[in-house]
Amino acid sequence: MCDKKSSYDPASLPDFLPMYYKRFFPYGAYFKWLNYGGVPKNYFSHREFSFTLKDDVYLRYQSFSDKQELEKEIQKRCPYKIDIGAVFSHRPRDQKAVKAADFRAMEKELVFDIDMTDYDDVRFCCSGADICSKCWPLMTIAIKVIHRSLCDDFGFEHILWVYSGRRGVHCWVCDEVARKMSQTARSAVAEYLSVVKGGENQAKKVNLYTGNIHPSITAALDIIGGKSFKSYAIEKQDFAGTDEQIQKILSFVPDENFRDGIMNVYEKNHPKTSYTFWNVFKEYIKEKADFTHKKLSNLPDELMLQYCYPRLDVNVSKGVNHLLKSPFCVHPKTGRVCVPIDHEKAEEFDPFTVPTISQLCDELATNDDSDNSSKRRVKDYRQTSLGRYMHVFDNFLKKLEKTWHGKIVEENGKDKQF
Amino acid sequence: MDFTPKTGKSAPTISSRRCEEYPHVLQFYKKPPSEDVTLHEFEDLAVQRVKVLKAVDSVGIRNIKGSKEYDEAMEKEIKKLRDVDWFVEKTSIKPADLSARRRKDHLSHFILRLAYCKSDELRRWFIQQELDLFRYRFLRENSASILDFLEKNGLDYQPIPHEDRGKMRDKLKDASFKMTSPDVLQREYYKVPFMEVLELVRGRKVYLEGGYAYVPQDELVVIVLASFREHLSHALAITSRAVPAMEEDGRLLKLLKNIHSLYLGNDYSTAKKANSAVTADMINGLSKQSFPPCMQNLHRGLKEEHHLKHWGRLQYGLFLKGIGLSLEEALRFWKSEFTKAADMDGEKFDRQHSYNIRYNYGKEGKRADYTPFSCIKIITTNAPGVGHYHGCPFRHSDADLIEQKMNKMSFPKDKQTKVMEYIKGSHYQLACREYFKAAHKTEEEIDLMHPNQYYEESQRLINGASAGETDNKTQTEPRGVKIIKVKSTNPNFDDSITGENMDELELASMETD
Ligand code: SF4
Ligand SMILES: [Zn+2]
Repeated sequence: MCDKKSSYDPASLPDFLPMYYKRFFPYGAYFKWLNYGGVPKNYFSHREFSFTLKDDVYLRYQSFSDKQELEKEIQKRCPYKIDIGAVFSHRPRDQKAVKAADFRAMEKELVFDIDMTDYDDVRFCCSGADICSKCWPLMTIAIKVIHRSLCDDFGFEHILWVYSGRRGVHCWVCDEVARKMSQTARSAVAEYLSVVKGGENQAKKVNLYTGNIHPSITAALDIIGGKSFKSYAIEKQDFAGTDEQIQKILSFVPDENFRDGIMNVYEKNHPKTSYTFWNVFKEYIKEKADFTHKKLSNLPDELMLQYCYPRLDVNVSKGVNHLLKSPFCVHPKTGRVCVPIDHEKAEEFDPFTVPTISQLCDELATNDDSDNSSKRRVKDYRQTSLGRYMHVFDNFLKKLEKTWHGKIVEENGKDKQF
Repeated sequence: MDFTPKTGKSAPTISSRRCEEYPHVLQFYKKPPSEDVTLHEFEDLAVQRVKVLKAVDSVGIRNIKGSKEYDEAMEKEIKKLRDVDWFVEKTSIKPADLSARRRKDHLSHFILRLAYCKSDELRRWFIQQELDLFRYRFLRENSASILDFLEKNGLDYQPIPHEDRGKMRDKLKDASFKMTSPDVLQREYYKVPFMEVLELVRGRKVYLEGGYAYVPQDELVVIVLASFREHLSHALAITSRAVPAMEEDGRLLKLLKNIHSLYLGNDYSTAKKANSAVTADMINGLSKQSFPPCMQNLHRGLKEEHHLKHWGRLQYGLFLKGIGLSLEEALRFWKSEFTKAADMDGEKFDRQHSYNIRYNYGKEGKRADYTPFSCIKIITTNAPGVGHYHGCPFRHSDADLIEQKMNKMSFPKDKQTKVMEYIKGSHYQLACREYFKAAHKTEEEIDLMHPNQYYEESQRLINGASAGETDNKTQTEPRGVKIIKVKSTNPNFDDSITGENMDELELASMETD
């Protein structure tokens, strides 16, 4: 990945972490989130955190009674990575002392993990852990498509999107209903949201019904089929630029006559670009896929979905007990902070301008030099480039807080009655 | 329910109270029986219901649920089960007999709960068959009877106002397979929280809006089944905690074990004896000779990528354990492959992967001895995604790839056609059986349930039924009464009854970005 601008050196991570955890990590807001207004009471202290330290030393079942303890431990350990796990029946740090059968994962946010490596068959700019501005739009599309469905279809309201620090995004659904979901329910929602299916031995990975198309897919197609597909597949990826790429697309067409037919028309076409190919493909199918070839008429939609529809790791979503990297961690390889993303401005989010830990520390040093000392302490991070991302988090929290306000009043009321 | 046998008595009995009346042919089995049952009847009823559930299972494997073929196959099975057909009521049955038949249904269900509450695998099987049986019976009833049942069980759902239905009709139509707008207007729709119809949600078969699902009357059975499933999983969880209390009476326990081992056959959880030990160096050769296509795929994927993702490692690793690869050899095998990758050295491998391998062998974590995956599990759970090589090729590969492969191996044309037909009809295990027959040039029919069974049958054919393999005989015998080692119950199983083992997920969590 090209990050000359931020010039972060992974070897320097241990030097920066103490400063980061001392002056940047937003303990207050973070605690406010995971404490959920203290309803129920042990929600925070029964939550599992795990720390990854230097040399992949992995500490599971960490837990903290309150914000102070969390802050102290993090600053002491300076973890390379923090994961958030489930809320357990007992304090996770007592895990060894509790009978295994009694130690149970009770609740957790419903989470989704979208990782660019899962798109390697439909991006031609980079592969594996690398990303660039040509493939990042896939993440933008993913945020929009999934966010819409979570809100409109499932009725969720408290959804936090977070940059994973390197090559993907995480989604945390924090509604109470979502946190209480069983494994079966989580996997059902994840499956509902999965349209691209198939392993290394299946070329065509999207198959729509020949009958009606489900409203949620139509809605996704509205998002993808507008500007997104054109801008991503045609302009950025030039997805039908080479013979090999064209062969790949044709391999989705199950009918030999159709394959030949499309190529015949395209041969006569000038100029030969991804744009013209796409037009030929669409037109040909529209014209020829009559009643006898009804199955083929979905091909253009299926192709758009295969290239652009979000790809989730269902296993991450499924387990109540599954850990996911915490927001506001620093990715050890890139040095970038796992910052919240404003879903309404998903297009504007640029992973390459997300501040790195070294950059933040630099900014702070400059501020320290120029600023007078007293009022600075509290809101260090707001004066650096982390500030605008904190804003997103604050908005998320503000809305979330309203849900427990009602509850706290309720609980208090109960107390007074007796 | 108090199933605790009275100590000191000659025969364990179910504690007694008076027999209840059974108002409806369908039951939700909410109330446990409260009458004495002799040990003889206990066993007899258990065997009867096992027969029924087994028939349900085999019809389900060979046919698509809800299809015409499925119903026909069920009809046929019922005819065969004449002496135990108390679960269907024809008009010819005398009203006086109804109560006795329903009592059998009731008792036998509760007896099997005891036998099937012990492990994830057993619970999963039992719940699945009970649900399928219930669905079949439910759909045979007419709407008056269904309404009666719903009302008796406190499931009185209210349809949405027709005005709302009219407004939503396009969405409701699109959310269905093949309905038209007039179809929509001819049906009642029920509005329920999406959590109550997870199976419809999972398959994207229902319209969702603002957290509610709009379920057409034809799918009412799904709501009822979901409710039944929840009730049953919960009940099994409770039963399994209660069962240890019965352990004092060895006979009852032994009986229960015998019941559930009647039909799961071998679970291949323990590596085979030393004389059939497989070493790391043998795997390459064996894979060509005797591995089922799913494992050949994984082997090829591993060779090409010098890596396999989580589910691939699990599916393949447990299979290898099942064919007799020891832990030491397994570590050697995985290490030698993984370290061929540019970014993996021995030390990194030890750090990142040896834990998982020892885990498969029950040496880490909860120390459970994990069972190799059965075909059904491979076919129906964790479908592969991009970069994955696991799964069953007959289910999860492009048909042309299988055709190409069969051509390359010069399978006879008629065999090839058969395999392809089975795939088209979604009979993946039958396709695999034909494949097996062609690959081994045999006409012997094997009832293929497990990749390890494929391997063992193959070895048997290649090496002849030689010494050291005698224990196979009993294992592949469909009715072999081999007592399965009952594994310790999973503490998290409330949730994992229908899903996967928590531990597997715990491991998966370690390799995210
Ligand atoms: S049917 Fe079973 S043994 Fe055959 S390939 Fe599929 S999973 Fe493997
Ligand atoms: Zn790229």
